[in-house]
Amino acid sequence: MGSVAFDLEQTPVREINHFIHKDANAGDKIAITNAGGAHSIACGCDKELEILIDGHAGYYAGGMNKDADITISGSAGTGVGENMMSGKIHVKGFASNGAGASAHGGLLVINGDAGLRCGISLKGGDIVVGGSVGSFSGFMAQAGRMVICGNAADALGDSLYEAIIYLRGEVKSLGADAQFEPMTDDDYAAVAELLSKAGEDFAKYSPKEFKRIASSKSLYHWNADANQEY
Amino acid sequence: MCGIVGLLLKKPELYNRLGEFMVPMLVGMTERGPDSAGLAVFSSSVGNFDKKISLYSGLTAEGASFNWQGLEGAINQHLGIPAKVHAVNNHAILSISGNPEPVKHWIAENYPKLYVLSTGEKIDLYKDIGLPASIADRYDFKNLKGSHLVGHTRMATESAVTPERAHPFTAGEDFCLVHNGSLSNPNYIRRMLEPRGIKFETDNDTEAACRFIEWRLSEGDDLKQALQACFDELDGFYTFLMGTADSLALVRDPFACKPAMVAETDDYVAIASEFRSLAHLPDIKNANVFEPAPEEMYVWAA
Repeated sequence: MGSVAFDLEQTPVREINHFIHKDANAGDKIAITNAGGAHSIACGCDKELEILIDGHAGYYAGGMNKDADITISGSAGTGVGENMMSGKIHVKGFASNGAGASAHGGLLVINGDAGLRCGISLKGGDIVVGGSVGSFSGFMAQAGRMVICGNAADALGDSLYEAIIYLRGEVKSLGADAQFEPMTDDDYAAVAELLSKAGEDFAKYSPKEFKRIASSKSLYHWNADANQEY
Repeated sequence: MCGIVGLLLKKPELYNRLGEFMVPMLVGMTERGPDSAGLAVFSSSVGNFDKKISLYSGLTAEGASFNWQGLEGAINQHLGIPAKVHAVNNHAILSISGNPEPVKHWIAENYPKLYVLSTGEKIDLYKDIGLPASIADRYDFKNLKGSHLVGHTRMATESAVTPERAHPFTAGEDFCLVHNGSLSNPNYIRRMLEPRGIKFETDNDTEAACRFIEWRLSEGDDLKQALQACFDELDGFYTFLMGTADSLALVRDPFACKPAMVAETDDYVAIASEFRSLAHLPDIKNANVFEPAPEEMYVWAA
């Protein structure tokens, strides 16, 4: 188990990602400094690595992650953790649009706000957001869980499938087919588990503060009489 | 695609370094916009002149060897007003006093291929086709001085790659607009404005937005009201960055389809499509970095 350090001002992102894919061994620790908004940092990890990215990451940081534990000290650009399969990505700052889009598994933690379309088309991953999320978050999310400690903008959970959203703050508007539902004991346990996994920054929240949003499933079957009004 | 950049310096002692800070910002957005680039920089007029007209000679037969001194003399002789030309390559700043409209009219009659880029007390505007780095070299961007600027790198989608269709676009005096995105109803805007006597120079969608804002301002709106009217009437994707004599303003469409990042310190407000164009700025590690929200108006005073 080795430790390797890269400086993105000296080494291009392609070389770093090549090292991650080809040369790194499970258990290695990789520190990447001066992220400088570069795109695709640590994309396509496929083993148990501990990766620390210092600075603000550009687009698709940690995309397609499998097994790696990735921490970004600053903010993350569009599509952080997109299509993640497993492992964990922790953004200490804020995240831009499409955070965790289409994630199949793993956990994405964002301490700050997330932009629009957070968790769009979520396919089984978990997302915990310390701040608020932008409009159209959870759009068409099929499986997985989202915990939002702040507020949500317009159209939260539009056209939801089986994913569940837990919201602590207020929602500006729910999307088509999304509805509030009573919290069950399983829901409280799920929120407690995700807050705990998200780390100490989230210990201040109680599962009792969260509301459950899920699909009313009225869009699951085509209704010719709806006259395109939902 | 397309990239936008903006920089506003808070301390006059930094005004001499505006170009030096900006060039890496503009070049950093090359991947987002490799076909054209442009820049509007705001600085006080020089000497006893109170108006500046930016001119582009790239469409004339002479191109970069255009006889700028001859133009200066001809304006003195035919219009009877003092004029001063400061030229770099295809570009010149013509300084005059008094009403610029007769001068522009005279230029259009006598030098029909000379393209007027901008008019105002403070604005100097540059735009051309080519890679941002080569345009920055061509016009010596690194030595530009001023209080604030708006820049753009273009990847054309809605109209051809020509200097006139590069950004920024201007309307009236001391106003310019750059755009990342694409509008889906520019022809509707044109059909609404042309019967009101507003003239278009190109078929570019951003020009439609620029003329729309110009029209709202001429109808008495302030900038905030004009931008609110944009939210109501313009359809499509946009991050707009605007420059006026004393401010920068930024808006994003309700879907935030096109990116923007802001970094602010005690010395500057810097705006770019992506953080990688801000990463080189001094003291960036301690800057307040944030992503502007959709449908909000951000205005920074110079």
